[in-house]
Amino acid sequence: MRIRHPIRKAVPFAALLPLALTVVVGYLGTVLWSLKVSLSNSRSFPSDTFVGLAQYARLFENERWLLSLHNLALYGILFIAACMVIGFLLAVLIDQNVSGEGVLRTVFLYPYAMSFVATGLVWQWMLTPGSGIESALHAFGFPDARLDWIVDQDKVMYTIVIATVWQASGLVMALMLAGLRGIDDEIWKAARLDGIPAWRVYLSIVLPMLGPTIATVFLLLSSAVVKLFDAVVAMTQGGPGTASEVPAKFIMDHLFGRANIALASAGAVMLLVPVLALLAPYAYARSRKGRA
Amino acid sequence: MKRRKSSSTPARLGIYAFLAGAALFFLLPLYVMLVTSLKPMDEIRLGHIFALPLQITLEPWRDAWSGACTGVACEGIRGGFWNSVAIAVPATILPIVLGALNGYALSFWRPRGANILFAILMAGAFIPVQVMMFPLVRVLGALGLFGSLPGIVLVHLIFSMPVLTLLFRNYYAALPQELFQAARIDGGGFLRIFVQLMLPMSLPIIVVAAIMQVTGVWNDYILGLVFAGRDNLPMTVQLNNVINTTTGTRLYNVNMAATILTSLVPLAIYFISGRWFVRGIAAGAVKG
Repeated sequence: MRIRHPIRKAVPFAALLPLALTVVVGYLGTVLWSLKVSLSNSRSFPSDTFVGLAQYARLFENERWLLSLHNLALYGILFIAACMVIGFLLAVLIDQNVSGEGVLRTVFLYPYAMSFVATGLVWQWMLTPGSGIESALHAFGFPDARLDWIVDQDKVMYTIVIATVWQASGLVMALMLAGLRGIDDEIWKAARLDGIPAWRVYLSIVLPMLGPTIATVFLLLSSAVVKLFDAVVAMTQGGPGTASEVPAKFIMDHLFGRANIALASAGAVMLLVPVLALLAPYAYARSRKGRA
Repeated sequence: MKRRKSSSTPARLGIYAFLAGAALFFLLPLYVMLVTSLKPMDEIRLGHIFALPLQITLEPWRDAWSGACTGVACEGIRGGFWNSVAIAVPATILPIVLGALNGYALSFWRPRGANILFAILMAGAFIPVQVMMFPLVRVLGALGLFGSLPGIVLVHLIFSMPVLTLLFRNYYAALPQELFQAARIDGGGFLRIFVQLMLPMSLPIIVVAAIMQVTGVWNDYILGLVFAGRDNLPMTVQLNNVINTTTGTRLYNVNMAATILTSLVPLAIYFISGRWFVRGIAAGAVKG
């Protein structure tokens, strides 16, 4: 052997140095740093003056932040529900031995290859009052038809739901379809022998068996919800007014535009709460599985 | 191969009708982008959004590429295209090399403590970038990398490490351990086994990783916006600037041509790679 033993043993550790640096500095370090900034009175520049939870108190008195939380909750529920239902439905129908499966799968999934920015911009154009889909409705004989959700403070969040569901439901379809294909044929044979209708089998047997797939999809979709930013910036820039404000955008605006880094950091730390709430049951399930 | 025979014809018709309707809904934005980008502005003002162009023009495409304005500069989005290429090439190669190295070390060498690092790394994949944004800006600033090409590549390296490490770790975990033992007995060291044995066997997963990484980096907006700096703004950021920060009349045809141009690389990768793309999604999605 050319290299002596202690050195040889050290090589795997050295190879993992970039990983260790990324974890310790890139992830843990930056998160703790943000936590520290959120407890200070920093504005444009970081300050070391400790002010306890004052920034959090200010954050939850800030109407824009409260609105952004409300929007995120509304968006999250609608987006996840719509993606799940549409994705599952498409997967089940594609699984009915249809011809042209490859083409259909390609069509349903291509939006996922596009950026949120591009998606947001196309839907912004299609939903522009007067010249978007509205113009087509007028031309097709509905002169009174109105489609102005994107400039309506009460409905603008729905337009973001529509655009992002269009982009992400193909992903749910692909994952659900993979899950369906993993289900044992024997179950179908047994169900047919017993004369159980197919829809019943899907609801009562297949859906529960897809549990792990559904959990994965839920985790992916929810982490996309918390990160929602690009699509809003591209589609509405948070408008009209602040009607489509979301937490990720609130944080960015206060970090860079409004130079209030302590308040922004408090908001960022609050974004960790839903992430931890999502990961905790997952980690718990894994540790139990590991022990069993 | 299939379990159920086709049931009654009306039900089949219903299935096909629904799937066809859904396919139309999914294709609609692509169609709208395309026809809008080929119309002169007069036609867009007078006609409706779904109408086919009466008179096809490529002018909007030329404008989008080399004439559209962001603020005072009117240079189109070609600069953004080349910036995105300059970012995507190193931000694909480096993270994949590191991801493969991580996966290899984690699967076969299992140094003490590595699993804890890996668990934290996986949790990190779910942290919104905003939580790390300000500290990262400061760290990169201190290193003199903020707003530079190496800086944005480094940021992509950090944020793509969880999924790439996972991808390679799972791939290597499925390889027979005996293979590695045999190489060890033959006196292979850490790097030699990696370069001569593992990497040549990793070609399929490298392709999958490259597809995912190029698409992800190309479609990134927020990291490019913050970290790339004025001279390296990626195509997505320039696209958004062209469309959302221009004052005056909106040139919808130019905007849609620019949107297609920006989406061209990931869409081409998607349509060419087909099943590989799906494989990447599945491998990345199924955690642990």
